[in-house]
Amino acid sequence: MEKKIYLDNAATTRTRPEVVDAMLPYFTEKFGNPSSVYEFASQNKKAVDEARGTIAKALGADITEVYFTGGGTEADNWAIKATAEAYKAKGNHIITTKIEHHAVLHTCEYLEKNGYEVTYLDVDEYGIVKLDQLEKAIKPTTILITIMFANNEIGTIQPIKEIGEIAKRNKILFHTDAVQAFAQVDINVNDMGIDMLSASAHKLNGPKGIGFLYIKKGVKIRSLIHGGAQERQRRAGTENVPGVVGFGKAVEIAMATMEDRAKKEIELRDYLIKRVLAEVPYTRLNGDRVKRLPNNANFSFQFIEGESLLIMLDMNHICASSGSACTSGSLDPSHVLLAIGLPHEIAHGSLRLTLSEDNTVEEIDYTVEKIKEIVDKLRKMSPLYEDFTRKR
Amino acid sequence: MEKVVVGMSGGVDSSVAAYLLKEQGYDVIGVTMQIWQDEDICSMEENGGCCGLSAVEDARRVASALNIPYYVMNFKQEFKENVIDYFVAEYLQARTPNPCIACNRYVKWESLLKRSMDIGASYIATGHYASIEKLNNGRYAIKKSVTRAKDQTYALYNLTQFQLEHTLMPVGAYAKDEIRAMANQLQLPVANKPDSQEICFVSDNNYAGFISDYLNKEDDSLAGSVKTKNAKNIMNTTSLIKNQYNGLTPGNFINTAGEVIGQHRGLIHYTIGQRKGLNLAMGQPVFVLELRPETNEVVIGNSNEVFTDRLYANRLNFMAIEDIVDEITVEAKIRYSHKGARCRVKRTAEDEVLCIFEEPQRAITPGQAVVFYQDDYVVGGGTIMSKR
Repeated sequence: MEKKIYLDNAATTRTRPEVVDAMLPYFTEKFGNPSSVYEFASQNKKAVDEARGTIAKALGADITEVYFTGGGTEADNWAIKATAEAYKAKGNHIITTKIEHHAVLHTCEYLEKNGYEVTYLDVDEYGIVKLDQLEKAIKPTTILITIMFANNEIGTIQPIKEIGEIAKRNKILFHTDAVQAFAQVDINVNDMGIDMLSASAHKLNGPKGIGFLYIKKGVKIRSLIHGGAQERQRRAGTENVPGVVGFGKAVEIAMATMEDRAKKEIELRDYLIKRVLAEVPYTRLNGDRVKRLPNNANFSFQFIEGESLLIMLDMNHICASSGSACTSGSLDPSHVLLAIGLPHEIAHGSLRLTLSEDNTVEEIDYTVEKIKEIVDKLRKMSPLYEDFTRKR
Repeated sequence: MEKVVVGMSGGVDSSVAAYLLKEQGYDVIGVTMQIWQDEDICSMEENGGCCGLSAVEDARRVASALNIPYYVMNFKQEFKENVIDYFVAEYLQARTPNPCIACNRYVKWESLLKRSMDIGASYIATGHYASIEKLNNGRYAIKKSVTRAKDQTYALYNLTQFQLEHTLMPVGAYAKDEIRAMANQLQLPVANKPDSQEICFVSDNNYAGFISDYLNKEDDSLAGSVKTKNAKNIMNTTSLIKNQYNGLTPGNFINTAGEVIGQHRGLIHYTIGQRKGLNLAMGQPVFVLELRPETNEVVIGNSNEVFTDRLYANRLNFMAIEDIVDEITVEAKIRYSHKGARCRVKRTAEDEVLCIFEEPQRAITPGQAVVFYQDDYVVGGGTIMSKR
């Protein structure tokens, strides 16, 4: 099989043709700047607001509460840094978890270097935040709780509603990085007590370079990017009109198809998990069996190096990942897998497969066969496996 | 088609190595080894180094131009355990290590070769100006390059027979100018990097600063959950030394008669043969002759006293010969920049030889490697021992 099998949809997704079609006119004939006064540009402003409306509806939010950004990372940075700044008279303490995306973790570490105090909550063996620990971590100086909606590596979905209730009860702002969850699972910001939420278009078949931050009315954070008066004076810079339009279209489709898509993905995912666990010995599934994203499977294969597995899958035209890719494209042992209690050597041998509705059973079958073949080959060359089999 | 993994730095030599192997019909895969440790890579970037982030970007461009698959492999853990931990431990024991040798043996060869074979490669290849030959006695040995403008064999003496058997050095057959010309002709987007002789993970050559930072960090990480076996070993070493002095503790300069002649800033600031930075007014140039960790003393002497005619070496590795049975005469290099000197090498214990030079050599430094050559072949070598 020479055809590429793409199983890394948590990294990014294929932009849908309908999305591209919706975007194209905004590169060509409708190129105006939404801030301009003339009629020609006003259609662009309208297009931006239509997309904003689609997104607000998907969140159960008001249209004035959605602010476009250059992506999920910017939205996370904005929510956390601007809250720290705006609420510093109230306190300097932030609560997050050990399994956040680096967009949140590194932002928190940056604030720590600038005089803020950050608590990194542990998670249980499935990657779920312990609510009693969250309550205990709250101090009079706590100004923000930032906990991801669903994890990008192991797919675990957090008890967001319960976290929102705790935040509300303690009058603390609650931000969630929903980059992996938005338009994949049901979200209602009001029901869930979410004050701020970050998301990104390219994780849901939209274009790259566009995201948003939902900011609930009454949350007093200011701009992170200074300049013009765009986005209600909260995010300067000429709007990425084609990106916004594409994002709107992608959300429209993703919301309309969510139920069917999730059903299909879960079926395929469960088939994959079942086969791998049954047919590859000394393998574990990371994350929660049920409270997980429909398209996520994450395995650890004992005695092997995940990096070698990935390279060999690539040689067989299978795109997969392990941990989160860093700048160089090389892999560190995942902080998420370490946080759920995996020892270093097992965390090293992990593989993340994230599906899309485009994947087929044949692709999964081929992938499972290749995984079996490669893991077996790597184990035969592994001194760890040799030690293990000798001891038995 | 046999697979070969080329270790690529984005520089001219490894880039042309990849090209030559592709021309020779190998199935070439480019790999850059990620070994840097810090989140903050700025200092590494300034240093250049063969494995920094700019190396990755440069190598990726070259691989793309050559149309070969390219990957970055993570060897941070291997590098930390085998190179940095060793480097620190050696300094704390008042020796002057050569981390490049450890990196070659354990990271660039052992780990890269293992992972390359994992993904189906038969060989790894590098851009070294040297060649590997199978000798009549059946052994593999490295031979100095035809050009000899820059000897790259000193830091390779510790490679095993297995490693040599599975290594290709395609640029060794050419002169540096020829390789450069090839790169130009092919319009490879190669970086012109200066050949650095500084240690890639230490910025500004500030070893003492690096070591004290490192020990502070290790203290923290040991308190946390991250523990590596070598970190523990080092901590044992350091706590051993820490009990008395920690390498950063000031102590006495003494002369060869044992008289105190001044105060030093801590042993890790000094190396054998050092003249600069002693701040001693003795009326004549003076040099470091010896470091004594057990008493935290630095022995000082004049320019004659810094010459000695013998050394003991252990942690031996043999290349062109299987072992030294009785005694051999070789050309020996006692540091990277040393031009080599004739000496007799005698076996004195299981893993120990005595080298006696025809002429006394300047600043024989414990921790550095002594490498033996015969007719441009690497015969073997070892680590120079502290005074017996």
